[in-house]
Amino acid sequence: MEQEKNEFRFTEKPEVEEVNCDILIIGGGMSGAGAAFEACRWATPKNLKVVMADKAAVERSGAVAQGLSAINTYIGENDIDDYVRYVRADLMGIIREDLVKDLGRMVDDSVHLFEQWGLPIWKKDDEGHSMDGFQARDSGKALLKDGGTPVRSGKWQIMINGESYKAIVGDVAKKSLEYNAQATGQEQNLYERVFCTRLLMDANEPNRIAGAIGFSTRENKVYVFKANAVINGSGGAVNVFRPRSVGEGLGRAWFPVWNSGSGYAMGIQAGAELTLMENRFVPMRFKDGYGPVGAWFLFFKAKATNAIGEDYCDTHADEIHEQFAPYDEPMGTALRNHAAMVDMKAGLGPIMMHTDKAMQALEESMDAKQIKHLEAEAWEDFLDMTIAQAGLWAANDVEPNKVPSELMPSEPYLLGSHAGCAGFWVSGPGDIEGTPDEWSWGYNRMSTVNGLFMSGDVVGASGHKFSSGSHAEGRIAGKMAVAWCLDHEGYSPAISESIDELVAEIYAPMELYAKYKSYTTAPENVDINPNYIRPRMLQFRLMKIMDEYVGGVSTWYTTSATLLAEGLKKLEVLKEDSARMAASDLHELLRCWENYHRIWAAEAHARHINFREESRYPGYYYRGDFPGIDDANWKCFTNSRWTQEGGWEHKKVPYVELVPAPTPA
Amino acid sequence: MPSFVMTEKCDGCKGQDKTACMYICPHDLMILDKERMKAFNQEPEQCWECYNCVKICPQQAIEVRAYADFAPLGASVIPMRSTDSIMWTIKFRNGALKRFKFPINLRPDGVSDPYEGLPEPNFDDIKSSKLFTQA
Repeated sequence: MEQEKNEFRFTEKPEVEEVNCDILIIGGGMSGAGAAFEACRWATPKNLKVVMADKAAVERSGAVAQGLSAINTYIGENDIDDYVRYVRADLMGIIREDLVKDLGRMVDDSVHLFEQWGLPIWKKDDEGHSMDGFQARDSGKALLKDGGTPVRSGKWQIMINGESYKAIVGDVAKKSLEYNAQATGQEQNLYERVFCTRLLMDANEPNRIAGAIGFSTRENKVYVFKANAVINGSGGAVNVFRPRSVGEGLGRAWFPVWNSGSGYAMGIQAGAELTLMENRFVPMRFKDGYGPVGAWFLFFKAKATNAIGEDYCDTHADEIHEQFAPYDEPMGTALRNHAAMVDMKAGLGPIMMHTDKAMQALEESMDAKQIKHLEAEAWEDFLDMTIAQAGLWAANDVEPNKVPSELMPSEPYLLGSHAGCAGFWVSGPGDIEGTPDEWSWGYNRMSTVNGLFMSGDVVGASGHKFSSGSHAEGRIAGKMAVAWCLDHEGYSPAISESIDELVAEIYAPMELYAKYKSYTTAPENVDINPNYIRPRMLQFRLMKIMDEYVGGVSTWYTTSATLLAEGLKKLEVLKEDSARMAASDLHELLRCWENYHRIWAAEAHARHINFREESRYPGYYYRGDFPGIDDANWKCFTNSRWTQEGGWEHKKVPYVELVPAPTPA
Repeated sequence: MPSFVMTEKCDGCKGQDKTACMYICPHDLMILDKERMKAFNQEPEQCWECYNCVKICPQQAIEVRAYADFAPLGASVIPMRSTDSIMWTIKFRNGALKRFKFPINLRPDGVSDPYEGLPEPNFDDIKSSKLFTQA
């Protein structure tokens, strides 16, 4: 189809504002907030300017916007090497152990700060019962940093009263930015409701970042950020695959629906190298509401069974051992999913979580007051982080201490912070024993693009960071971005592309809409028009392709070389058609660009699944044509890079074990 | 469960340049109809039901109605958020009520200086694997 150039004949050109800074942070979620806190501390005495752009309000942006009921990474009394072993086991044997170990030695520092900033953390009383943040404070329990004992729901997880988790962490990030702005004479250095569409490359130095371009979702304005270093903390990808609910429930994804794969898309287009982009996360959660199960399994000790009462992880243990050993010891998230899926496909659903039996067992040794506290704890788990699930239980008259609830695996998500590890190949710290030299190139968490740092969901091969680890990783990137700036003093960004053309490209959907909106008689709410596609329908097309060809829920997460070839053809055409998206206002323009980013993240995922000829992550996805795990050929990283000239290139990178398995006793 | 705004209660955050719900929504869903001075959720199927608009509304004009493609009608979950705690009222479809109150913030006035009591950065450590607090 013919492409049209936006010459602003039907719409007004936006104002263009240039923002000059040393460090640009894209995204104000947990990793961006960590980056701001750390970078501003180092940058300010050196008179370096730090700027943040966030498409939402930092007070409630990112994956923690709703709150959380637990912090899933707190090392505490544990051995950091055991943390590395746990992450490696859960991600089927292939992780960057230097990155994970590095994170393990930083993460508690962030958790201690959260508590000092006001985050209420559960503590144990003298009898071992749990106390909420108020009770712990009022009875004089020590802070974690002073040796206080948290309430562990699992080996690595601690319980919190986390409704305001992001508000607390975001407030400190904003104050850190203010501190930097005042000292360096910036009138403004926090740009909320500004959505970055592309990274900008330097005109003179090849493979060197120079900034980013984005637009305001509140006024007709485009921002050109020029920077010495950029930290990309812009989250994972959701609503890439067709969800199980496609009416209003489209938005009730497990991971936040606003995570549009922007970090992946912008990094890919800048030429940064990806790793393990075939990885995905399929959370098995309470059906439809996707409320958390972690506390139910780990803290309340609930069991899940198939329809005939069998614990599917037990009944399938032997066959899973035969198929997937040694990756079944311990059985990680993917293989537990796999066990449930075997039964679901055999018609042995529904899978039920026996919340009732677990609560009744706990109540046996409790008095009335303690039982009431237990009930509150169970509901708080949802009310802190997935209020929809509390609403769904109430709508179905479900009381968890009386009846069980159904579990269901969700559609796939792309992320690198939770139980997944899709993202960019970044430099490690370089000081972890045994690390290959080529895993670090001087600036921890810098991508293969000079000056472009990654943090949080978009860092690959380093999952199970969760909220606290993402904050700590943002801090590492923030500090190293300062180091980069100090080593590259006097750098003056020169943008390689024409700003006028970039601005025209950003606003093209507005122009197309204005030009053609009167072509048909259809009113706004029944828009049918052959000249453009609205972003909502484009998203449905993307989700359908991914679902049917790239292993979504409708094929039970199964794909193959032939399916992928067909899906990739359709994605290519979709990418072409994305240039004909139309937007009636700035809100819809945001949706256009989010969905453009989703297509790139989706394509990278499909191409990586195609490259890796084995089923490394059973329970997350299956290659029907390569059903087993093939360690002889594929116990390696799978890296890729896209360039304008050469397209996609894939390669294998050897996996190296840095933390040995524990010596058997 | 998309959020909805009750006509009688919403005053469009009169006198401010944007409404509280527009300010807070992480997904840019809330919009103000300036003629009626009423806010509304412009894209219910993109609502994550994070309740941030519900919690922040100064008029308590916003509630949530369960996602109609899978949830039965008749229940509600309503928060009352203060500076240090939150109270939840859950109404079941059968009329049963539950109330819970949880802490949310032990320093409701916020942190005045983000670096209060923390060490100065030591530039000898700039390339080391230590954050400034770990010096």
